Amino acid sequence: MPIAAEGVNYVYMAGSPYETKALDDVNLTIEDGEFVALIGHTGSGKSTLVQHLNGLLAPTSGRVLVDGQDLADKGTDRRAVRFHVGLVFQYPENQLFEETVEKDIAFGPKNLGLPQEEIGRRVREAMQKVALSYEELAQRSVFELSGGQMRRVAIAGVLAMEPKVLVLDEPCAGLDPRGREEILGLIRRLHEESGTTIVMVSHSMDDVANLAERVIVMEHGRIAMDGTPREIFSKGEALRAMGLDVPQAVELAEALRARGIPVPEGAYLPDEVAQAVLSAVGGGQQNAG
Amino acid sequence: MLGDITLGQYYPGNSPVHRMDPRSKLLLTIAYIVGVFLISNLPGYLLALGFLWIVVRVSGIRFSYLLRGLKPLRFILLFTFILNVLFSQGTTTLLSIAFFRLTREGLENAVYFSLRLVFLVMGTSVLTLTTSPVQLTDALEHLMHPLACFGFPAHELAMMMTIALRFIPTLLEEADKIQKAQMARGADFESGNLLARARAMIPLLVPLFVSSFRRANDLAMAMEARCYRGGEHRTRLRELRYTRLDLYALLCMVAFFVLIIAEGMLLG
Repeated sequence: MPIAAEGVNYVYMAGSPYETKALDDVNLTIEDGEFVALIGHTGSGKSTLVQHLNGLLAPTSGRVLVDGQDLADKGTDRRAVRFHVGLVFQYPENQLFEETVEKDIAFGPKNLGLPQEEIGRRVREAMQKVALSYEELAQRSVFELSGGQMRRVAIAGVLAMEPKVLVLDEPCAGLDPRGREEILGLIRRLHEESGTTIVMVSHSMDDVANLAERVIVMEHGRIAMDGTPREIFSKGEALRAMGLDVPQAVELAEALRARGIPVPEGAYLPDEVAQAVLSAVGGGQQNAG
Repeated sequence: MLGDITLGQYYPGNSPVHRMDPRSKLLLTIAYIVGVFLISNLPGYLLALGFLWIVVRVSGIRFSYLLRGLKPLRFILLFTFILNVLFSQGTTTLLSIAFFRLTREGLENAVYFSLRLVFLVMGTSVLTLTTSPVQLTDALEHLMHPLACFGFPAHELAMMMTIALRFIPTLLEEADKIQKAQMARGADFESGNLLARARAMIPLLVPLFVSSFRRANDLAMAMEARCYRGGEHRTRLRELRYTRLDLYALLCMVAFFVLIIAEGMLLG
């Protein structure tokens, strides 16, 4: 289920003194099975773009096509599209409302009009995917859970619709390191095991480097860069000029190069830099031996 | 959607009207409303319109922006007009069909009453468009202050209004976000009968209540952490001061009143 944006512009509060252009001629195609990270500083238009992908916002001009269908067309069932393109908002735990965890996760499948047994199966499966114990938690109130657990219930609520594309807006915001690891591990598994297309908005360059296969950089509502993490993170200067960061491994690589230790161009993963350090100390084996 | 509503509708600017003391703006607006109720004939209405036009020109607000604010009132205006045409007593019949009699007086009344409403709304809009909500509640607090000796909680009331106004956009934004999040899970807010629609609001209202309570709690904590303890002995960051502008505005208003009263005595 490929998603394409063609010349998308979006203007907030047009015609008032508060008018702002949030998206400016955005063109992009997201193919099946990709893992795309969307980065850019606050106010660069990431969240606005993300809401275009399942028709929650309609472009002021331009088109968004999901599986070749224009979302603005009268004939397109936008509600049906939303079941295929699952969107997890920032701080999704703020939307929990049902009495029990099970009922909340079942909200999406119920809206899909699925039969009772199928809903039950999907709730169990979604809870298993986010590593929550059905036996222990299904009947608990959502408001009794810890922050990390609430986050996972909210994500399970979207997964239970079994979307082909999963869009996550800063899924790790405000979580402790352990909560982050759990959520990131879950996203990685979904991508690798179920082949779900992932679009993830993130502020953490390390998370992006570890997970993404493609990185899109946004600035002032435009797409500033689009490429593999290796291409994007080799342009440290340009990223910093946009108020963004590079992964720690890249920073280390730059510092090493400045001291004359050769690190291959484009190295952005911790292992690659570690390799370079090992071969630089080369004699390491002698010392050890 | 929800986010498109402009509430409080402060129109930022730096005109003399913007710079006036909010207390005098509030009092002069009340005076203008009284003035609009004193007039009763065509020259009077022209004077009221002229005065409003001058104030709007000075304030730098586009007249079209002000007219747009009348749109939600179009049904009330229409209703006022029709009722007055139908039920006014008059002597000069212009048209008569069965029980219905269109009289000259009825038509005049209808036009005047509708115009009065338009002036009221536009006059008060000038106040809310040129005065930020914070200034407005400040002015209210000051003006209500004398009542405090009768045990009237002037400061508390003003603080509650300030907080309420401050959180309207936040809550609207939050409601918009939650609504979208539930729509992303296939919630349907637009179709179905009244009962189905009311039920569809539950996924929106429950999280909104939860977050409002959490916000209220956080805000109370933050205020206490900064030693808030009500209005007593509290000084202000910006003292309100009457300036020469306020004197000029007062003189304009006095002139307006002299004109409408003189006109009423000469022509009325």
